[in-house]
Amino acid sequence: MSGSSEIIRAERLGFKYAGTDKPAIQNVSLSIGRGEFVLLTGPSGCGKSTLCRCLNGLIPNFYQGEISGDIMVDGLSTSKQLTSELSRHIGYVFQNPENQLFALTVEKDIAFGPENLGLSRAEIRSRVDSAMHVTNTVGLKDLAPYELSGGQQQRVALAGVLAMQPSMIVLDEPTSFLDPKTAEEIMSAAEQLRQDQGITILVVEHRLDLVARYAKRIIVMNKGEVVADGGLEETLDTQFEMLTGLGVGVPRVSLLWAMLRRDGFVTGRVPTHVEEAADSLSKRLGN
Amino acid sequence: MITLEQVWFKYPSGSLALQEVDFSVESGSFIAIMGENGAGKTTLAKHLNGLLKPSSGRVLVDGEDTRKKSVAQLARKVGLVFQNPDHLLFSESVRQEVAFALKNFGYPADVIETQVKRTLESLDLSEYADTSPFLLSGGERKRVALAAVLAWEPDYLILDEPTIGQDYQQKERLRNFILQLYSQGKAVVMITHDVEFVAECNPQVVLMSKGKVVGSGSADRVLSSDQLVEKASLVKPQMAKLFARLKPQGFPGDVVDVHRAKMLLEAKLVEVKGSVPQSP
Ligand SMILES: Nc1ncnc2c1ncn2[C@@H]1O[C@H](COP(=O)(O)OP(=O)(O)OP(=O)(O)O)[C@@H](O)[C@H]1O
Ligand SMILES: Nc1ncnc2c1ncn2[C@@H]1O[C@H](COP(=O)(O)OP(=O)(O)O)[C@@H](O)[C@H]1O
Ligand SMILES: [Mg+2]
Ligand SMILES: [Mg+2]
Repeated sequence: MSGSSEIIRAERLGFKYAGTDKPAIQNVSLSIGRGEFVLLTGPSGCGKSTLCRCLNGLIPNFYQGEISGDIMVDGLSTSKQLTSELSRHIGYVFQNPENQLFALTVEKDIAFGPENLGLSRAEIRSRVDSAMHVTNTVGLKDLAPYELSGGQQQRVALAGVLAMQPSMIVLDEPTSFLDPKTAEEIMSAAEQLRQDQGITILVVEHRLDLVARYAKRIIVMNKGEVVADGGLEETLDTQFEMLTGLGVGVPRVSLLWAMLRRDGFVTGRVPTHVEEAADSLSKRLGN
Repeated sequence: MITLEQVWFKYPSGSLALQEVDFSVESGSFIAIMGENGAGKTTLAKHLNGLLKPSSGRVLVDGEDTRKKSVAQLARKVGLVFQNPDHLLFSESVRQEVAFALKNFGYPADVIETQVKRTLESLDLSEYADTSPFLLSGGERKRVALAAVLAWEPDYLILDEPTIGQDYQQKERLRNFILQLYSQGKAVVMITHDVEFVAECNPQVVLMSKGKVVGSGSADRVLSSDQLVEKASLVKPQMAKLFARLKPQGFPGDVVDVHRAKMLLEAKLVEVKGSVPQSP
């Protein structure tokens, strides 16, 4: 089953939290292939984190409410699995990292997951070391989680997920607490994991500029539903107005180009990153 | 005016988070503090409202030493919105959360009502007035935490990572809100990693690294400087990266904002083509 090329399959998935009167997500159908790098975006409150919680089984196993439709993750039905079993398949870095850390020290926190898989000491050691290396948390290993700054907590949460070596990693607004340089490093580390180990990556992010280099596909949600799902470059080019209308944080170079194009100064496809915009502009400026 | 004079701070665990920091916030100023994770930004913010007191050196709020004041006394003047929104929320409804401090300060009921309504509207939260803050999404919770402090209109507003969880439209709202506040003579200090947001707001920027202030200047100057950006683990905003590449074409070196970029490019494109644009 886990040999299938599809890692996520959702069909008409919906969820309404207990005590609320409208569903947080509804009618979500999507399929994610093994080894894809996907960006999930949409206005604040549109249901992105709720969808993530369905993927790793927090919904319906921890959150009260009504779930509808179907969701399969790595060939498993999330409602029939323990979340501890699911965590070997899918790792989720929470939007608020503080809620994810509980051990007495950073190192113990990162080792907690692998220890519960019953791995050998040597294997645990090597996973923890490599996760700390990738996330640049070696220097923090003896600190308590409450002694960390916001961004340091987020790196530790990510290290804990990496150490589990899951087939898929979901990062829920990972860059919000990270300094810009670390944000870039973490994104490129995620891409490296994808290339080297075929790990599927789903990133929830408002700023497209931070992921446009890596994500080939974009899924856009609004009011609990998927409103666009396709190639990142084509979607930016052909649905630009829809995206900005929803409040999606398009890359500034794309915005610049779209404005110049609207006013008749340039023609052609909206660029998605700086180098591409610079080349096109240099050409037009005769150089 | 808030002034930090030669402030050092060490957490009980022994970690030295601030070293010889001199820093001041004048009325009507707008400052962004930027720098790497663990640089000491949040620690500095907590000194501005007296939540933390310096290990040595002193902090003066309108001339008074924060050591001699309680946090409650200082709160009326200096409002701090925490980086992590969950640290502030405790009421049963969003409305109560936002009214809480106003009640504590003894405002009459009708003033509280209009003030709460206005603040909720300006942050796009009206539809959640009767909802529990704990049932909201991360970005919504962050806006409730903001509203709870904005409602009492402190003279100094300290925002720790205000754009967390916010989509572009919410950021635009926030930007307008901030502009409005400091045009009324309030001081706004925001801590942020969002270089694009800073490029669009164009505040004064103060850079921190390893517990020290390592540079400052206007946003366009700081964010387009290779040296300063490197020093504070930042990354240039896209317009600065783009114009660094377009430098051979004779553009200025300090473009960080998309609207200025557009004007400069339009002028150049017309000059090169020797013609006016055709409408598509
Ligand atoms: N409660 C605490 N106890 C002990 N050490 C702490 C505590 N809070 C922060 N520190 C340490 O103080 C230093 C500065 O932390 P601070 O939270 O001020 O950083 P920051 O600049 O706000 O970082 P970020 O961008 O990640 O939020 C860090 O080295 C951190 O590990
Ligand atoms: N634990 C919860 N209980 C009830 N409602 C919730 C809960 N978490 C989120 N919601 C609601 O569900 C909707 C979607 O939230 P969320 O998935 O967190 O959005 P996003 O991650 O896109 O910002 C929002 O309207 C939010 O208020
Ligand atoms: Mg969310
Ligand atoms: Mg901080």
